[in-house]
Amino acid sequence: MQLTNRSKVVSNKQMTLAEKMYLPAILGGMWITIRHFFRKGATVRYPEVKREVSTVYRGKHVLKRDEQGRENCTACGLCAVACPAEAITMDAAERKKGEEHLYREEKYAAKYEINMLRCIFCGLCEEACPKQAIYLTPEFPAANYDRSNFIFGKDKLVEPIDKRIDVSLRKKVHTS
Amino acid sequence: MDLALLLDKTILILILFGVTLFIAMYSTYAERKVAAFLQDRIGPDRAGPFGILQPLADGVKMFMKEEIIPNTADKWLFIIGPGIAMCTALMTSAVIPWGKNITIGGHEIVLQVADINIGILYVFGVVSLGVYGIMIGGWASNNKFSLLGAIRASSQMISYELAMGMALIAILMSTGSLSIRDIVENQHGWHWNVLYQPLSCLIFIVCAFAECNRTPFDLPECESELVGGYHTEYSSMKLGFYLFAEYTNMFISSAIISSLYFGGYNFPGMDAFSGNTLAIIGTAVFFAKIFFFIFFFMWIRWTLPRFRYDQLMRLGWQVLIPLAIFNILATGTWMTFKGQLGF
Repeated sequence: MQLTNRSKVVSNKQMTLAEKMYLPAILGGMWITIRHFFRKGATVRYPEVKREVSTVYRGKHVLKRDEQGRENCTACGLCAVACPAEAITMDAAERKKGEEHLYREEKYAAKYEINMLRCIFCGLCEEACPKQAIYLTPEFPAANYDRSNFIFGKDKLVEPIDKRIDVSLRKKVHTS
Repeated sequence: MDLALLLDKTILILILFGVTLFIAMYSTYAERKVAAFLQDRIGPDRAGPFGILQPLADGVKMFMKEEIIPNTADKWLFIIGPGIAMCTALMTSAVIPWGKNITIGGHEIVLQVADINIGILYVFGVVSLGVYGIMIGGWASNNKFSLLGAIRASSQMISYELAMGMALIAILMSTGSLSIRDIVENQHGWHWNVLYQPLSCLIFIVCAFAECNRTPFDLPECESELVGGYHTEYSSMKLGFYLFAEYTNMFISSAIISSLYFGGYNFPGMDAFSGNTLAIIGTAVFFAKIFFFIFFFMWIRWTLPRFRYDQLMRLGWQVLIPLAIFNILATGTWMTFKGQLGF
């Protein structure tokens, strides 16, 4: 009884004598493997050689400063809300008198932590940020032996004043 | 007993011992490198330049590992097993001629530990003793996987030894001697046995793969079915000995294949040289052949998948042995009639 019209006739032919000897097939296999022997592998020797990544690669985060070197972040928490992996936590604090050169607005993040093991580098935090404070950079979070070292605080996230990080390309991704 | 002879042989044995261990050691490295290259990878490259020191690292690792002897194991046999495997693997090299004689200041040094007139039989005898190392190890572990592996190993090695011996008889017929030195001398220049006895050569190589438990005949230790086969329960350097014995066997079988079928230290155009130059070039050529065959072993390993056990037995008993017998018959016929028909 034919149930469907997709049935296939299976070939169950006996092997010929030449095929039964296997030798041609073995030689064919060896020819294939030896060609691979001389092929260049795709391996990148990582710590010495770094694979080139896209200029808009989503890697380690940076907390941006403005032109006068003040932190953009106001600890509104929108990034933490947007984060699907719940990797971001922060504590807000009020800016004191005399700290105007450090923080751009009256409120700032006293503590800002991203758990790099939870983070999935989706970039939703930078999309959510109303203050253009957080961006992803093409850098990788370095390997480590201890899980606790993967919780990056402000010391690792805020961009250094003397070594500003260019995120214009990431910005373009969001405006276009 | 001549003291100089004793000294010669002692030094030669020590050198051979060192060279065998060294080559076996670097075979592990070569295996990983060849595997990597065949799979478009790079392989070990962290220990030293190009990973040259990898075998040392592996060795240290083997020694540092905890040594476990299972409670239910037969302790003495469990310890003796790897020792036998290693011993038999190292003993075979005694009858292999490594090159022509070297003369230093009128003193002639024979590059062969013992040129006994039954060299080939000696090799076969020692190789079949090698089964004991595996069998004892597998049995003493008191583990079903080990026992299965050991049984597979012994039946496989015994089955393939038959075909191997049969294949060799054709060579013995054409050479008329069991001494490996004679067999090698008989292949002067390019008159290699492989050109005269291709079928015998093919059977011998296939059987050598089976004797060494190398893929596609690695059923005794197939990881995917038997965990580790006969060495499942072994750890530390005792496991190292088994693995080492396997690579030593590979080196020795490469040497035997090269000397029986691929001319040993003979090479085309060897008449242009003489004396020590010839001996040294010959030895170098011999080792080049050996290295090629070691590579060949690895090449095959990463090309062919493992046989099923019934396929293995069918190939051994129903294909290789009849073929070998046919080859003997053909050789005999040819030898009988070649003079009479005016070839």
